[in-house]
Amino acid sequence: MAKGSTAAKWTRRTFLASAGLIGGGLALGLTLAPNRLKMSADTVKDADEAILNTWVKVSPENQITVLIPHSEMGQGAGTGLAQMLAEEMEADWNTVSIEQAPALHEYTNSDLGRGYIVGEGAEIPAFIYPLLDFSFLQIASGLVGQMTGGSTAIRLTGHHGMRRAGASAKGMLLAAAARDWDVPLSELEAKDSYVLHAGSNRKESFGSLATAAAEFEPSLKPDLKDPDTYKIVGTSKARLDLPEKVNGRAVFGMDVQVPEMIYAAIALPPIRDARALSVDQSGVRKRDGLGQVLNLGDVVAVTATSFWTATQVLAELNVTWDGGQQDLSSEAIRALHENDLAHKKREVMDSAGNTETSLAQGKRIDATFAVPFLAHATMEPMNCTAHVTHPTCEIWVGHQNPLFAKAAVADVLGYDKDSVTIHSQYLGGGFGRRGDMDFVTIAARIAAQLDKPVKVIWSREADMANDSYRPAILSKMAGSLDGSRISAVSHAYIDASSGMPDSERPFAFPYDVPNRQIERVKCPSPIPVGTWRAVDFTQMGFFNETFMDELAYEADVDPLQFRLDHTTDPRRRAVLQRLGKEARWGADLEPRRSQGVAMVESFGTIVAQVVDASISDDGGVRVNHVTSVVDCGRLINPDAGEAQIKGSVIFGLTSALFGEITLEGGKIVQQNFPDYRMIQMENAPSQTVYFMPSGNPPGGLGEPGVPPVTPALTNAIFAATGTRVRELPIAKHGFYGV
Amino acid sequence: MSISFTLNGDAVTADVDPEKPLLWVIREDFQLTGTKFGCGIAACGACTVHVDGIAMRTCVLPVEAVAERNVRTIEDLDIDGTSNPLQTAWLEHQVPQCGYCQSGMIMAAEALLQEIPNPTDEDINAAMTNICRCGTYDRVRNAIHTAAKARQGG
Ligand code: FES
Ligand code: FES
Repeated sequence: MAKGSTAAKWTRRTFLASAGLIGGGLALGLTLAPNRLKMSADTVKDADEAILNTWVKVSPENQITVLIPHSEMGQGAGTGLAQMLAEEMEADWNTVSIEQAPALHEYTNSDLGRGYIVGEGAEIPAFIYPLLDFSFLQIASGLVGQMTGGSTAIRLTGHHGMRRAGASAKGMLLAAAARDWDVPLSELEAKDSYVLHAGSNRKESFGSLATAAAEFEPSLKPDLKDPDTYKIVGTSKARLDLPEKVNGRAVFGMDVQVPEMIYAAIALPPIRDARALSVDQSGVRKRDGLGQVLNLGDVVAVTATSFWTATQVLAELNVTWDGGQQDLSSEAIRALHENDLAHKKREVMDSAGNTETSLAQGKRIDATFAVPFLAHATMEPMNCTAHVTHPTCEIWVGHQNPLFAKAAVADVLGYDKDSVTIHSQYLGGGFGRRGDMDFVTIAARIAAQLDKPVKVIWSREADMANDSYRPAILSKMAGSLDGSRISAVSHAYIDASSGMPDSERPFAFPYDVPNRQIERVKCPSPIPVGTWRAVDFTQMGFFNETFMDELAYEADVDPLQFRLDHTTDPRRRAVLQRLGKEARWGADLEPRRSQGVAMVESFGTIVAQVVDASISDDGGVRVNHVTSVVDCGRLINPDAGEAQIKGSVIFGLTSALFGEITLEGGKIVQQNFPDYRMIQMENAPSQTVYFMPSGNPPGGLGEPGVPPVTPALTNAIFAATGTRVRELPIAKHGFYGV
Repeated sequence: MSISFTLNGDAVTADVDPEKPLLWVIREDFQLTGTKFGCGIAACGACTVHVDGIAMRTCVLPVEAVAERNVRTIEDLDIDGTSNPLQTAWLEHQVPQCGYCQSGMIMAAEALLQEIPNPTDEDINAAMTNICRCGTYDRVRNAIHTAAKARQGG
């Protein structure tokens, strides 16, 4: 089932360099560049220039600053990365702080991905593949990305980059002490931000050695610590970004203040691809601070000295929109999927044995599954502040991929990318949405019409109706049993292109089945779709894990045992067994209260969950408790990891209980939170999360908790009521969340 | 038109359209950006502040409604350092994820504790209707219980 064959071996060139800092201290930079492809002279040149980049700085005062090349959107990646670096450096955690790296090539993920992964002779995870692809690089104007998504921060940057940078820095500090004290290197020890020499009882802080250390060459292949000796990694260090997130001081994109800044409110086409033919301003009342009304065709903007004024005026405009796909509806899209699945040529993703014959011989069941479009609905609506002065542009934004945003802005303005500066801010949620470019390029285009900086804020309604949604898709599965074993599974599904790299997309039926036929039909979505937390795993997880449950009941075997019976991988088996124990699987519960189980592996992490739910006679579904067992390899920060899993559970349950974006007459029906409902305190279940001890490389944690919880819930609903939920949300089957 | 009120202990005057929601007056005219915009229709609670000690959603509250009244925002909660028990509990439980909803959460919780010093889970469910898209609810709940204990002297 693993798609290892799509990964590739690479060779590398590594740049690791150091420099003294003005005023003393050490800056250690590490950059990697590929030597394959000879591509992108541009990238390689930039990488060479990047020799002075900084991943870690040591000040004479012995303060250590780690530059974080990933956006902070709530996952605590900055703290986790700093832990990895501090561990190898033998730094005193209390002296470590983090800074957001600017959007420069020097901080790119893919340089790391190429370099280090490759350097170790390991395989590149296929999901990063497109970032390494020549044509992709060209499209992106030779830029490589500072991507936060695909749960990459800890897995790539941390595991392969931060650890190495920390170890190299330590090596240089030790070398400086050895020279200055005239003692053999082997007699020195680094500990808690000091270098110690036991023989002479000397002790000097990293800070006071830093300037001397900068004269030494950093090692490309420093020795890394034995994980058994870790003191910082694997502990629940408090997140470094949280103090300013409890007192209102954290600056999100929405909060940026720039001198002379004005605001803009925008109207986007109510029907996709419509254009604003005309804007009638006759209904606009006179107001103080009103700026301009701009018609850019695909967006109408009102500027003012207050966002509220701009919003009021926007509502008074009479915009005539023309064109667009007015006949689009959820029903039409469903019909299209039915038709394509029935008649279009299918692409075979996986084939083994003789599925058709097996299906005909065994006890057969068939199921059709459907999942809806889903909005990201980040808590902070889309926004971006832009100042275009010819010939430069400054952007203030919270973005999951600032480097691509920079390229996109340069492109839309026709500027050289070096004249665009991105000031990265905190993200009030990302979930994939803040990897899109629309909210950035729209702001840049509006700013290009103005002589002042402008903060463009999307209303919640604009945000919800103009998202890049999790695709609605359809799936048909069939399976057969030979006694209590699955003899065959076939699966045909619509692939609406989530934006996830094809090579990384899940398709396999993740259990041991001898006869398999997995096929897809590509049917690009008629409305924009994109990456939504855990991406395709959310749909595939629901299909596979619901169907697995159906087969278990058909075979009259306990669903958890049935999964074990069809799983050989020891890690997955261990997760299931632990889950059974921790969740007290099979405990006697009152009538109409049941447990459901599901397991999905994604982004290098296995998550299995049991949902305990009660269902009232009229279909009210109350989730009482969710138990998660997680094997994410080596855990960097248990407390931050637990938070991610718990948050993911709420995210997934929200979609199962309430989530659906629908279309009517080409328009998105849902507007704001009341009609795109969220779990609130009163609906939130209690939760327990257990991590499997593991020395395996770290897996992702921001996303893998999402996919299993929906099928675990719907399987619990079946256990309690006998009603099989094959379409989402649960309202499709007369249930509702309470 | 000018509207006078007390903002975090200071007498202030806003020279704005009286219908302008307090949220935007706080954010734009007084540059206190800890109070957030999330929905604009009183559905999410990101814009929660205290008006005379009561938690109010300010995205739909015209500034004229707070004339001569006492407005307190998240920026004023730790005015004596970081000693507010809620903020301490929030850090102890490592509550925030992205953090965007948390000002509103904390202001709603502060109003709750002022009214009910030792709230039950049901009290918390009833009072805390803020949306957190990151799903921090169970840590919010635990932190409120911890802060309630601390306020009562442990
Ligand atoms: S912004 Fe006021 S309640 Fe959502
Ligand atoms: S912490 Fe992100 S919305 Fe609550």
